[in-house]
Amino acid sequence: MGLSRTMRRVGRMAEPAPRTSAHRPPGAAGLGGSVQVRHVDAGSCNGCEIEIGQAFSPVYDAERHGVRLVASPRHADVLTVTGPVTVNMAGALRKTYDAMPEPRLVVAVGDCARDCGLFAGGYGVLGPVSDVVPVDVQVSGCPPEPAAIVSALRALTGR
Amino acid sequence: MVAPLPVAADGQGSRMSAGWAVAAAQAVLVAAVAPLLLGFTRAVRARLEGRGGGRIAQPWRDLRKQFRKEPLIPADAGVFFAAAPAVLTATSLMVAAAVPYLSTQNPLASSTDLIVVVGLLLLGTVALALAGLDTGTAFGGMGASREMTIAALVEPTLLLSVFALSTRVGSTNLSAIVAAGTTDQARVFSPASALAAAALAIATLAEAGRLPVDNPATHLELTMVHEAMTLEYSGRDLALVEWASAMRLTILLGLLATVFVPWGVATNLHPVAVALAAALFVAKLCVLSGLLAVAEVFTAKLRLFRVPELLAGSFVLGLLAVITSAVLA
Repeated sequence: MGLSRTMRRVGRMAEPAPRTSAHRPPGAAGLGGSVQVRHVDAGSCNGCEIEIGQAFSPVYDAERHGVRLVASPRHADVLTVTGPVTVNMAGALRKTYDAMPEPRLVVAVGDCARDCGLFAGGYGVLGPVSDVVPVDVQVSGCPPEPAAIVSALRALTGR
Repeated sequence: MVAPLPVAADGQGSRMSAGWAVAAAQAVLVAAVAPLLLGFTRAVRARLEGRGGGRIAQPWRDLRKQFRKEPLIPADAGVFFAAAPAVLTATSLMVAAAVPYLSTQNPLASSTDLIVVVGLLLLGTVALALAGLDTGTAFGGMGASREMTIAALVEPTLLLSVFALSTRVGSTNLSAIVAAGTTDQARVFSPASALAAAALAIATLAEAGRLPVDNPATHLELTMVHEAMTLEYSGRDLALVEWASAMRLTILLGLLATVFVPWGVATNLHPVAVALAAALFVAKLCVLSGLLAVAEVFTAKLRLFRVPELLAGSFVLGLLAVITSAVLA
């Protein structure tokens, strides 16, 4: 069968794990090696989304560090937010944060999430993520490399 | 129909307490192994897909963390939402204790009729579907309606496939069926049990929410079934629902293994025999969940409107099994 031949040929695709970032936010202590992530695009150009998708791909494989993407903010411990927060998404971002059970952490992914980046001063832009919800971890880059996202998430799981 | 089980003459009281100990051990074993089995299935899938994958104990880590978090109750939710996790967990534990996984000398044997077991599993399904409706969200209702559609087609197959084995024993009591299987090995390998095993395997996939009926790894709103009903659960409640779902998969795979490959199931309450039965039970579960993981890598999810065709097919297999066993008996 074609698929089984491909499996044998490719073998293990995952690259060696990237270094974990040294900074571990205090809220991450109780997670015990398990992090469920809910993602919100607050107005990003989708560059960061492609990189987050890659972080969970077979090559970077964030799942081996105990990180999993989930379908509901009720299931999540960590909220990843990308992009400058636009006027239309500010309410949705706030609601998503409020729907998460305590303890909860926010990871702002990309330069736009930190300081609005290219889009600073745009008429539809409300401000950086920290204006709307409290940010615990910042991943910089435009867009950040998947390895940087994985290492920030690894710092949360501690594995 | 309840077949009289052989009762030895020696110490009735101590036998009863030993029997209860075995029933409790079964419940604890299933509860402990269920998340590990889920982790094992994910690990096998990850290996085949070229990923590193999580540890086998990862589902236990997830559960431990969720148990420490606060549960949030949505504003519109009522009593069904609050009760469902407890009902689901209780019915799963009850079934895990009652089905003769380790020994056929189970004190619950007189009530482990097949119809009771399927009814208890259905009670859990209905509780979760009502909870999905209770939240008042669009996805909860959608998931509940899909789950009920699937359940209505699966439950008859679950019953029929085991009826194929019960026609020869003359009883729908699971302990009697398994006891007959352990004593008469030739009975296990017959055209009827092959058909019944195929029917029960498909019913298990549908009931436990695995591919090709439901994809446990998807978060796409339009395809979710089980996950759509649990979207509003958080913290402790979510942990109970996920734990119970893992237990249901273990229960159904265990039923498949115990009914169709009954070797090693103890017919007495001797500790060594029971320990051996437990080891064999776990080994059988590992083989079955490994096969499940491999099958899932090679299968795509069926369109929702094709699912009834698959389930009708499995029902026909079950019906053929019953007819075959009645004719050939």
